[in-house]
Amino acid sequence: MAGDSKPRLAVFKLASCDGCQLQMLNLEDELLEIAGEVEICYFLEARSQILDGPFDVALVEGSVTTEHDLERVREIRRNSQMLITIGACASAGGIQALRNMQDVDEYTRSIYANPSYIHTLSQSTPVAAHVTVDFAINGCPISREQLLEVITSLLIGRAPQLPTYSVCVECKRKGNVCVLVSRGVACIGPITQAGCGALCPGFNRGCFGCYGPMESANPDSLCHTLTMRGVPRAETLRLLNGFTGWAEEFRSAAEKLEKASI
Amino acid sequence: MTASNGTRTIRLESMTRVEGEGGLRIEVREGKLQDVRLDIYEPPRMFEAFLRGRSLREVPDITARICGICPVAYQMSSVQAIEAALGITPGQEISALRRLLYCGEWMQSHALHIYLLQAPDFFGMESAVALAARQPELVRQGLELKKIGNELMEIIGGRSVHPVSVCVGGFWKVPRRSELLALRSRLEWALQASIDTVKFVSSLKLPEFHADYECVALSHPREYPMNAGHIVSSAGLDIPIKEFEQAFLEMHVAHSTALHSVRAEHGSSYLVGPLARINLNLNHLPPAARQAADESGIAWPCSNPYAGIVARAVELVMTCEESLRLIDAYREPEPSCLEYTVRAAEGCAATEAPRGLLYHRYRINDQGIVQAARIVPPTAQNYRRMEDDLRLLIPGILERTDSQIVDECERMVRNYDPCISCSTHALKVRIARS
Repeated sequence: MAGDSKPRLAVFKLASCDGCQLQMLNLEDELLEIAGEVEICYFLEARSQILDGPFDVALVEGSVTTEHDLERVREIRRNSQMLITIGACASAGGIQALRNMQDVDEYTRSIYANPSYIHTLSQSTPVAAHVTVDFAINGCPISREQLLEVITSLLIGRAPQLPTYSVCVECKRKGNVCVLVSRGVACIGPITQAGCGALCPGFNRGCFGCYGPMESANPDSLCHTLTMRGVPRAETLRLLNGFTGWAEEFRSAAEKLEKASI
Repeated sequence: MTASNGTRTIRLESMTRVEGEGGLRIEVREGKLQDVRLDIYEPPRMFEAFLRGRSLREVPDITARICGICPVAYQMSSVQAIEAALGITPGQEISALRRLLYCGEWMQSHALHIYLLQAPDFFGMESAVALAARQPELVRQGLELKKIGNELMEIIGGRSVHPVSVCVGGFWKVPRRSELLALRSRLEWALQASIDTVKFVSSLKLPEFHADYECVALSHPREYPMNAGHIVSSAGLDIPIKEFEQAFLEMHVAHSTALHSVRAEHGSSYLVGPLARINLNLNHLPPAARQAADESGIAWPCSNPYAGIVARAVELVMTCEESLRLIDAYREPEPSCLEYTVRAAEGCAATEAPRGLLYHRYRINDQGIVQAARIVPPTAQNYRRMEDDLRLLIPGILERTDSQIVDECERMVRNYDPCISCSTHALKVRIARS
């Protein structure tokens, strides 16, 4: 980032759980140092000071689910040199994108007392569906280490280096026994981007895709393997329709699997 | 801003140093407060709707995503509600490990709120970053306490935001005793730092303010409440958790994407969270926490919401003390997870989240698929009470400028440590097609 003054950083939140921006505050050892290196212009959860843009970097958490937020992401884009999405909601639509695969009118008709009070869009969509995103940090939640890598690399002016390989690589590095091969546990680690440190297989359970699809994933082949291993189709579908289920690769694989069985 | 008809409208678009996003609107006519409301516009995420059709095994992972700050609370209430439906009760060792995990969450959440979100108010500063420039050691102590809470969660759950170890019936995998013991010396430091935290917050000048609260919390005959107990209130309510929905009603108001809870009998507001918990459970605080509470200079039960920061600090002591006790007594649960048979049933549970009572109810079918879900988070239960407090506060400060009034109101709201993201998990929605 050019110039002598400190880079101007803003952290925004759309529809989300707060967990990814919390990861910034969870950098307990580095937080005060980061605050010394950048000017935190806008970060509602952490500070009352609000400075206007333009910003050098905007970190955006959350998916777009309202007209108001749609306007906001456009404004954030206009005001920011670099827009980075943080987390599964901003990068892939989040768990709330499950509504996209449902009959939304049924949601409306179901339980609610005064539906007219609320306005929401029919879909929960990633930020990149609406504006250009310069970089995405994936994960539900993002990893602190990856966040720190991105902030550090921006400060020193190099490209951030995040893994593009699958969770399987992390499993092998850690010496985990493969839960799919050894026990037939449904796991979508083979098509999921690394970043969590193969957390779930380390806890004797299958990966459920927090970090979204890896580069050039082959979900059809994995679906076939899962079927051959006796994983019920409904379970595979639920794994694909999960925390990053609206990501193109997972969504199309799920659609294909659903059609194949009709 | 004063309009030509003499109506003065004070608006704050975004509250800061709270979790999630909401604003504030105050209307004054002829020098009298007409209306005050928290505008909760954080987008609804509709968890209760999309939980339908998911497997009961996925519920703790999905509900965790309601809140990045208190995911364990959602995991604890959800697994216990489902276990109630399935008719299983995990044994003492699993319960103890769940309590230990919950201690980690309370610790990081309370340290975050005390040091990063609320403390700056008492120094007239806008953030902990600004406060750190003046009192670096104080802020570093808070960050270290938060970090130790996170580390405890990571040992048990793999990560602090959305841990992955909790499942219906117990845990996917439990930590080795040696892994927990490795944190012991840091927890001893945390215990002392928490006691110092109580001393620090007790030395702050708390604004004088008293309200007539009905405090509501779980209560348990043998321990400070977290995962078990019955629901009690300072007005004499004493009911089993399964009667929650008869005693408390959720209402939908126009200015909020979160529902507001009220007492069913009189439609009145009530208070949940650390202050309510201590007021109702003082005698169940473990020794060091009790001593810290006694020496804080606060006369318990306390009806000053600004003392919430002291209550939170006392609970910080409690979580460190309890963590040490639970680690010393720890035996690896064997098996780590109970086996169960899926059946069509309904079950509910409530636990004490860092911000207060969190109620869940699920109906599942004979395939273990969720048919209906109901989730009542603590912040939604406190909104009505927050607005009541603002109604008491504002008439006394009306002669001040708009920005001073707004600052005071935000400060009052921060006493509650509201988690707006949690509170708007559901919602009654109208869909505008894009």
